[in-house]
Amino acid sequence: MVVQSAAEAITYPAVGAELDIEGVSHAFDIDGATLPVLDNVNLSIAPGEFVALLGPSGCGKSTLLRLVAGLEKPRTGALREDEVRITGPHPSRVVVFQDPTLFPWRTVWDNVALGLEAQGILKAQRHRVDAVIDLVGLSSFRNAYPHQLSGGMAQRVALARALVNDPKILVLDEPLGKLDSLTRIAMQSELVALWQRKGFTTLLVTHDVEEALVLANRVIVLSDRPARIKADIAVARPYPRHRGDPYLAELRKQILGLLGLEATW
Amino acid sequence: MSTYSVSDTAAAAAPRTAVTFSNLSGSYGVGLAASLVWLAFGLSCLYWPDVGDWSRTGSLGIGAIVIAAFILFGTFSADYLGGAGQALRKRAPWLVAFGAFVTLWEVATAKFAWLPLPFFPPPQAILEVYTDDLPKLLDSVFASIKLQLGGYIIGATVGFITGVSIGWSQKIGYWVHPVLRFIGPLPATAWLPIAFFTFPSSWSASTFLIALATGFPVTVLTWSGVASVSSAYYDVARTLGARPSFLVLKVAIPAALPHVFVGLFMGLGSSFAVLVVAEMIGVKAGLGWYLQWAQGWAAYANMYAALIVMSLLCSGAITLLFRTRDRLLVWQKGVVKW
Ligand SMILES: Nc1ncnc2c1ncn2[C@@H]1O[C@H](COP(=O)(O)OP(=O)(O)OP(=O)(O)O)[C@@H](O)[C@H]1O
Ligand SMILES: [Mg+2]
Repeated sequence: MVVQSAAEAITYPAVGAELDIEGVSHAFDIDGATLPVLDNVNLSIAPGEFVALLGPSGCGKSTLLRLVAGLEKPRTGALREDEVRITGPHPSRVVVFQDPTLFPWRTVWDNVALGLEAQGILKAQRHRVDAVIDLVGLSSFRNAYPHQLSGGMAQRVALARALVNDPKILVLDEPLGKLDSLTRIAMQSELVALWQRKGFTTLLVTHDVEEALVLANRVIVLSDRPARIKADIAVARPYPRHRGDPYLAELRKQILGLLGLEATW
Repeated sequence: MSTYSVSDTAAAAAPRTAVTFSNLSGSYGVGLAASLVWLAFGLSCLYWPDVGDWSRTGSLGIGAIVIAAFILFGTFSADYLGGAGQALRKRAPWLVAFGAFVTLWEVATAKFAWLPLPFFPPPQAILEVYTDDLPKLLDSVFASIKLQLGGYIIGATVGFITGVSIGWSQKIGYWVHPVLRFIGPLPATAWLPIAFFTFPSSWSASTFLIALATGFPVTVLTWSGVASVSSAYYDVARTLGARPSFLVLKVAIPAALPHVFVGLFMGLGSSFAVLVVAEMIGVKAGLGWYLQWAQGWAAYANMYAALIVMSLLCSGAITLLFRTRDRLLVWQKGVVKW
């Protein structure tokens, strides 16, 4: 498929895991009524692929990510990481949530160290915490408390807290949504560089079509709730990508059409 | 340009210049007034005969004059005394008010006896208690602290553990919650009669009652603190590989700590009440017992002296708890300062 050729166009060390979502449906019970949120989602993500999920607000993107993280079990269907069924959370699949949810009683450094501490390997790995704080550019804030940070800085700490665990699958729920456009563009290229260097599989939810096209090998467009896969689009373009690229502009037009937003284009 | 810098240096040098007339009404004025008030108090003790017979009037007068001298010295050298000087300057209005209060007290009791005498002793009578009855008073203070500390630590520990358990485990909550609802709201003093004959000693009975009074608010607030921790924190920790013990110790408890401290404050308040009642009724020691004893002898000065000590101790305990909280909860913004 086109997806394969796109993945092969870039060389990366394959530390990423394969992720399979097989016939997953999910629903919530609200006041006795059942609210279907995911409707038979099938998706197979190759190791090291960068997949972006696009869809209208409230369609079930965050819910799908919670299932991938293992925080919830799907009503039907199964999710697998490297052929192994996902039954609960595991530090090989780390999530950066829509809200940074930093622990307010911990400093930036201690927040970033959380994963290593929870796994009991912090003592030997303290340098990794320092390195990843430098990476997101917060070295001078390592002793600050979350209430002393701006929204964008907090989001960067949340990203650092995920990256320090060297995940096989990095799950990102609109991690750049709160950043100003300048920081956002800088963080986007950081993210691509990081992903190319480390080779983890990435699943990114975003509202920003352009962001999806600049970052991902593959863009999945979801329907309104309950979410179904509406389109699976390969973005066969080498990195670094240029926002003005006519190929990407054409894809953007196509995706906005799928989201019912052609009028705004 | 040059005029600007000249006036600037003059303004900056102003606080260091010697005493001038305008300074007297400014920062020095209040300190001077405080010193004068205390001097007046001291002189009234020394040269104005008392209506009664109090042995410490002279010492009180000398003490007041020493205080006046200290205030005077501190006021005029505040700039060179660093933090202590600043603290004195900030409290100068209070020194005036307090000096005026003791002077009025002295005049109204020892000089004119406007207030009925055995019930309203003058300041020198209270000073007399502190000098002549010191050993007994100190014994009482230590007995109170020992009893209070033991009961409070037991109550706070048990309350904290119970609160965390029922906030965390629904199974434990199922069994403990109804018991808590039934027994908790009962004032601990209601247990007094039962406690004193079921426990081997009145001391252990009182410890139990203080622990009970402390334990209930600590339990309830710890519980509500743990129960109200946002599930998002648990989600984050779990995706990073946290085990249940980590979730309890490193997520639930730190997040609940602000609530725990509210419980500790409430527990401290209600345990003070129990302490005094228990000492008055059962334990034959401590400040509560001292109050009771003084009342029996119509020793009103001793009662006031014990009350002042008690208030200092309670206030000190609360201050200590606030300090601990501020240290542990630096991450919170906008906490109340005691
Ligand atoms: N724990 C829950 N209980 C009940 N309903 C829920 C729960 N979590 C999500 N939902 C519902 O599921 C639907 C999808 O929510 P979800 O958070 O996955 O949307 P989303 O696609 O991430 O939206 P957005 O882009 O705005 O973040 C929403 O209608 C929401 O009301
Ligand atoms: Mg969402």
